[in-house]
Amino acid sequence: MIPPPLPVLAAIAAAALLTAALAMMLRNLIHSALLLVLTWVFVAFFYLWAGAPFLAFAQVVVYVGAISMVVLFAVLLTRRHDPAKPTRPASLARACSALAVSGGAFAVLAWAVLQWRPVPGNPPPAEPSVATLGAALAGPQLHALLITGVILTATLIGAALIASPVEKPDSSQ
Amino acid sequence: MNLDPLHLCLLLSAALFCAGLAGVLSRSGAIFALLGIELMLNAANLNFAAFWRHGQAAAPDPILFVLFSIAVAAAEAAVGLALVIAFYRHRRTSRLPAASRLKG
Repeated sequence: MIPPPLPVLAAIAAAALLTAALAMMLRNLIHSALLLVLTWVFVAFFYLWAGAPFLAFAQVVVYVGAISMVVLFAVLLTRRHDPAKPTRPASLARACSALAVSGGAFAVLAWAVLQWRPVPGNPPPAEPSVATLGAALAGPQLHALLITGVILTATLIGAALIASPVEKPDSSQ
Repeated sequence: MNLDPLHLCLLLSAALFCAGLAGVLSRSGAIFALLGIELMLNAANLNFAAFWRHGQAAAPDPILFVLFSIAVAAAEAAVGLALVIAFYRHRRTSRLPAASRLKG
């Protein structure tokens, strides 16, 4: 795949950052979730730029397709009688301190990134095919794949048990 | 300043991480905190892909690591939102300060 020019990448990065910042600032939780879906789509573009189309596919399927739906259903299930407007910042002082902490963290990270210079002359790696990924998953990474499968199964069964309603004992008996 | 794609990607990742951090720290809604955590996880995954692109590793191990990370993030979101729904059923709110008084 031909890598896009830097201005295109910068525009995609700006769009991702704008949607993420808006999602974190808006009070309406559904609007925030939908804007985060856009952010995840833009991140998938960066995976395509990096030469990992399978990763972009997984990002779109899991984040844009699955996690966003779970979040929207959770919002709809917990929104109706909640009088406290949970998406509002807890207090002005807390919002200011959160902005200060995250701004300080970004300043440190940006300084470190801009100071760092990569070793020149490294050719970009070949784009891994699905067959290459499958061979790695079925070979050296087989244990990690099995452990991830067990974790996914256990957590999804646990999530179903946690979210299922608890039957109260009948007090008339 | 001469910015190459790797630095742009790393700066975007840092900014996304800090946006998620600000959301987690400033809001008291549990679902909002989960959204912020997902954003931070995405930023970390972006770093893996960027370093793999510009690194010397010929093997696709960083790609596989991101795949596992996405799977674990999906599991985390499922359990977290199930906990939010269960908590909402008991307390009729999903605010995190109310969760500090859980018993048993």
